[in-house]
Amino acid sequence: MSEYIKELLYKMADDQLIIGHRNSEWTGLGPLLEEDIAFSSMAQDKVGQSQHLYQLLHELGASDPDTVAFTRNAKQFHCCQLVELPIGDYSFSIVRHFLFDFAEALRFEALSNSSFQPLAQVARKFKGEIKYHTLHANTWMQQLGNGNEESKAKMQSALNEAWPYALGIFEKGHFENQLIENKVFFGEEALKQQWLDLVSPLIKKAGLKVPHGTKNTKGIGGRVGIHTEYLQPLLNEMTEVYAIDPSADW
Amino acid sequence: MKSLDPRIARAKIELDNPDFSLENQGHFPTYEVFHQKKRGAQHQHVGIVHAPNPEMAMLYAKEQYTRRGKTANLWVVASSEIFATEYFDEDMFENTPDKKHRDPTSYKVMDKIKAFKENQQNQ
Repeated sequence: MSEYIKELLYKMADDQLIIGHRNSEWTGLGPLLEEDIAFSSMAQDKVGQSQHLYQLLHELGASDPDTVAFTRNAKQFHCCQLVELPIGDYSFSIVRHFLFDFAEALRFEALSNSSFQPLAQVARKFKGEIKYHTLHANTWMQQLGNGNEESKAKMQSALNEAWPYALGIFEKGHFENQLIENKVFFGEEALKQQWLDLVSPLIKKAGLKVPHGTKNTKGIGGRVGIHTEYLQPLLNEMTEVYAIDPSADW
Repeated sequence: MKSLDPRIARAKIELDNPDFSLENQGHFPTYEVFHQKKRGAQHQHVGIVHAPNPEMAMLYAKEQYTRRGKTANLWVVASSEIFATEYFDEDMFENTPDKKHRDPTSYKVMDKIKAFKENQQNQ
């Protein structure tokens, strides 16, 4: 029975780990000292959330969290392509943070009523953290979208670039129907609709245009192991210490 | 030599870029941060953050000052909104030395309390 739950857990855990690692690349380079600290600590939250999800997988028979996180290659990852794209400039990182975190907030909100109790518990546990992440993302969106001409233009172009990849968050897996039938998760299509209803008004309020198209054009395949050229170099860097000494502890 | 710190490569800082001179960097206003541990308790001043507006100041206050320990509530107040005394007037806080009776430590009552307690116990 657990195959379909594993599929859901893998894609969620991989999303959290990869976006956490990506966002941590801003540590030391943030646009303001305070922002550097806030963005880094949210990145750390994401990695922490992935560890909880890998732990659930471990309890369902997968290897321990470190082994699962550090020994797979890109083809074995189920993250969406949005999270693996390079950090770009700050406008791109903020837009991705906005698009991803609102989807994540809705996903965990739905999962807090999941029939799979261990996941429902974890989802409820993350609620507070995620609430801050979306507050942070939306405050920046409104700030830069309604800023000056330059900030508005940069945000719109980042939004246009990230949008098709963001739709890839909702790519369905093989076991979509089982997840819905067994009331583990209400499904990617329902999630996508909730997300569109939530982010579209916020984008407009930020003085930006919601990009056209709600069907995936690019950015699909991540859930079945098809990734951009950017994921493997990220994994190489992330696993550098583990590759030298798997018993290293810090 | 290539640095082992990946941030060095990512930063792409050109040292002769005029945009990086300190003179060109604007400064955001300062906000004072007040932290409340639990409902009903006093908000206590814990420090400052720099931010362009109260909303952003709140984002940063949360991350700088609430990561450890419990928090019930947070205030941010623009430092410029605080009406304060001048250090020039610090002398107005000085007490006249011969008014010791205003100072609780000038009352020596412990002997009396001790004597009272001993008396109670002996009864």
